[in-house]
Amino acid sequence: MEVAFLIEKLVLVTVLFTLTLTIAAYSTWAERKVAAWLQDRVGPNRAGIFGLLQPLADGGKMFFKEEIIPSGANKWLFIAGPSLALLTSFLGVAVIPFGQDVELFGRIVPMQIADINVGILYIFGVVSLGVYGIMIGGWASNNKYSLMGAIRGASQNISYEIAMGLSIIALLLVTNSLSFKVIAEQQHGLNWNIIYQPLGFLIFLVCAFAETNRVPFDLPECETELIGGYNTEYSAFKMGAYMFAEYINMFVSSAVMATLYFGGYNYPGMDFVNETLGATWGPLVGVAVLFFKIIAFIFFFMWVRWTVPRFRYDQLMDLGWKVLIPLAIANIVITAIVITVVDKL
Amino acid sequence: MESLSGRKKVLEQKPMNFMERIYLPAIFKGMAITFMHMFKKKETIHYPEQEREFSENWRGMHSLKRDEQGKERCTACGLCALSCPAEAITMISAEREKGEEHLYREEKYAAVYEINMLRCIFCGLCEEACPKEAIYLDGPIVPADFLRKDFIYGKDKLVEMPINELEALKAVTH
Repeated sequence: MEVAFLIEKLVLVTVLFTLTLTIAAYSTWAERKVAAWLQDRVGPNRAGIFGLLQPLADGGKMFFKEEIIPSGANKWLFIAGPSLALLTSFLGVAVIPFGQDVELFGRIVPMQIADINVGILYIFGVVSLGVYGIMIGGWASNNKYSLMGAIRGASQNISYEIAMGLSIIALLLVTNSLSFKVIAEQQHGLNWNIIYQPLGFLIFLVCAFAETNRVPFDLPECETELIGGYNTEYSAFKMGAYMFAEYINMFVSSAVMATLYFGGYNYPGMDFVNETLGATWGPLVGVAVLFFKIIAFIFFFMWVRWTVPRFRYDQLMDLGWKVLIPLAIANIVITAIVITVVDKL
Repeated sequence: MESLSGRKKVLEQKPMNFMERIYLPAIFKGMAITFMHMFKKKETIHYPEQEREFSENWRGMHSLKRDEQGKERCTACGLCALSCPAEAITMISAEREKGEEHLYREEKYAAVYEINMLRCIFCGLCEEACPKEAIYLDGPIVPADFLRKDFIYGKDKLVEMPINELEALKAVTH
């Protein structure tokens, strides 16, 4: 029994790890494709059919480039930066429920690596660790642009984490649970949290853009002002690690948004599908639905990137502190009042 | 001042109203625009397979022309070199010997004719200056190269192919 449990978890971890890496790799391809489509272009189409081998070509290029560590840089921290960024971005995948329990070879296998009862707190902890990768890398580079990128990254993440946390509190009032598994189960069918928390979702979405350093909040990278920001001095695979970390962050925050607000693996008519397809294939359809939602969110991230221009630094801070935080607090108050009134009736 | 065309629009600088200040309507409008662009015709020209057509007055690489009998038209008068604002053209003239009448049209010809493609600005003044209609900028784009010396094009690259060789080449390729 114990051995079977270990094998089950090992397989799940391996599959999710590979899946995350693949999705991150193909996000780079998708980013370029989406950019091209939105700009009336075709995008990468030379490497393989539809350019599908482009991530492999890019990865190969990353491996064979020269590794440069600037002489003024702190060598250990310079290496620790991208490693930490990659590590923390991966950690978030562990608590996301990818589906209902699946019956495989006579065993009930949960589609979640770890069902922590404080999953949301865990995600927040991991996400706030993510800024250390940027901070350490930018600071260790011994370059003014990198340092400015790192400072911007740190202040931006701190500012937006508050609004993000406040928007989650309103959600917790609705769900009464911190566990992702419970939250996902509550949204059975079409009973998604977005119906109860539209404003909360909007705040969470904006903050997710800021936390993943995506346009319009990509001030830490900011090619036009900071020539790449925190990763100016990075080359070869360390650069690749930063890039991967960004795309994995995007994947994780898409998964979190899909699970918290858009019903995770739930979809209307799932009971009927589960009955017809049985205990093995029914939940797997749910997994596919969740991945569809995640990919839709990733597309949304890219769509926004190629539409909205970057915020100015003071606008960013204004939006974070003067708009989103008051809005999130108002959201909490309104949610609390509505819940109390509804409970009393 | 009064606008003569009647198309002048004066923009008023007003403070943003509430809908403008929450940005979202403007963002959704922009996103709708970019989304519609996904379904528009792609502007891409797949380069090695397709090539963009040049305009009729396109000025590309120079070619030194031959006449109907395949003789070089250039008589090394040097007017092109004098007219060149970029000082890209040089030449050394020579006198036509007996038995070379089928090669050169006039008694004097250019033994060496060099254009520095890094200096050339493709203005076409050499074309206009030439009294013998010997030089035209009707070639393709000058290709990239690695060394500066390789951008100095001599007669081997500039002179038109003789008519019989050109026809032989066409016969092979078709």
